Amino acid sequence: MNAATGSGVIGVLDLQGGVQEHLDHLCRIGAAGRPVKRTADLEGLDGLIIPGGESTCLSRLLNIFGLRQDIEAHYRQGLKLWGTCAGAILLARENIGEAPFFGLIDIAVSRNAFGSQLDSFNGQAMVPMVASEAIPLTFIRAPKIVRTGPGVRVLLSMDDYVAAAEDDQILVTVFHPELTPSLAFHRYFARKCGLHLAGDDAMGLDPGWTPQSWVRFSHHI
Amino acid sequence: MAENRYLLNTQLAQMLKGGVIMDVVNVEQAQIAQEAGAVAVMALERVPADIRKQGGVARMSDAGLIKAIKGAMTIPVMAKARIGHFVEAQILQALKIDYIDESEVLTPADEECHIDKTGFEIPFVCGARNLGEALRRVAEGAAMIRTKGEAGTGNVVEAVRHMRTMNREIRQLANMPVEEVVSFAKNNGLPYELALEVKKLGRLPVVNFAAGGIATPADAALMMQLGCDGVFVGSGIFKSSDPVRRARAIVKATAYYNDPDKLLEASFDLGDPMPGLDVASMPDEERLAGRGW
Repeated sequence: MNAATGSGVIGVLDLQGGVQEHLDHLCRIGAAGRPVKRTADLEGLDGLIIPGGESTCLSRLLNIFGLRQDIEAHYRQGLKLWGTCAGAILLARENIGEAPFFGLIDIAVSRNAFGSQLDSFNGQAMVPMVASEAIPLTFIRAPKIVRTGPGVRVLLSMDDYVAAAEDDQILVTVFHPELTPSLAFHRYFARKCGLHLAGDDAMGLDPGWTPQSWVRFSHHI
Repeated sequence: MAENRYLLNTQLAQMLKGGVIMDVVNVEQAQIAQEAGAVAVMALERVPADIRKQGGVARMSDAGLIKAIKGAMTIPVMAKARIGHFVEAQILQALKIDYIDESEVLTPADEECHIDKTGFEIPFVCGARNLGEALRRVAEGAAMIRTKGEAGTGNVVEAVRHMRTMNREIRQLANMPVEEVVSFAKNNGLPYELALEVKKLGRLPVVNFAAGGIATPADAALMMQLGCDGVFVGSGIFKSSDPVRRARAIVKATAYYNDPDKLLEASFDLGDPMPGLDVASMPDEERLAGRGW
């Protein structure tokens, strides 16, 4: 474990998926966000979010574009990682029925474990480690965490699976906090990255958020 | 459709942003697409270039073909229903694919009405040539929009026209005083409430992909730089001489649409693109984009 770089910047892997949604949430908690497309974009980050998107697609893109080794190298130097949905699949040590990708956190995931898009759903749950109020949860073609190893702390356990977990350097959530008004997980990850945010005791839900808030970070002309 | 179901469907489209959705006609092509980094595949019997060449009535693909492709994929699978053919859509929903494209590439089943997409749980993407068409589809329940372009031509000119038209109309709307919105909405066929939302957001309220005529990495990046959220490639990959290389190159150009050095890397040694068609000299009855109301 090395200390945060102190830059206060959290990157969002920007190859495909819910990039703008995470940037919007980082902005809402007062953290500096940076899209990460190239090797150089990884320099000086305190944390990196690997967003939802499609895990198969992201894994191919990370290989083809050569970013995989760069992320692994920064991880070994202490970079904190957070994988949401597809990102959690990529970070898992075991991916049932498939080869693991980064394999950096000792969990097993079952990809797309609920079914097709018709089985995507919303819910809410208390996550005492993360927030003192219930957190809205959005599951889209979500995976399940079906095993957690020693050294991995369970943050949220659902019926027959784990939905959020962490070790010292990595956070994984199979749901999408960036698609809800809840900022709690983004604050939690920012603290994990060593950031000190103003208003850290603020409400977990941002009343200014709407499902279209992400468009301010899209590149419309 | 419950409100939260519609939201989940728009959010699945958000997860596809920055990606390339590829038309495939068999499992082998689907696997090539997935390995090349496609974010989803569109399962169909004939790509638009062949539909155009062979003529006749183009319908929803055989369920067995779609199921076989779905079984071989880990990425989402989409399929096309004819405009207004709500029973084809019911069948595709029962098949549990991930997205339905209510598509002008197939022969319309109804020359007045599109499918009432609010009556479905499954998400729909629909084509549009302008803001009015896009927002009418959203009002009907589409969770994602794409340009129509002119499918099966390998000619990007119509997709550019459609995206520029949408951008121009959005800019007009964003800059006009609110009392002018009613007549703008009336004259351009925009549902009023959605017009107000677009005015506030300065863009479409749902994800908007490019489609129709994209044949090269440069075409894909052009559409992205014009403000699209991702790209559909129909005939452009598997009607080219080297689909594997071209698929990878278009994926790269879409992800790095703003980086000329990466676009250059993606533009080497791709073999022959699909043969293109001139749209300007095409008779109206051969144009697919005019289908839809």
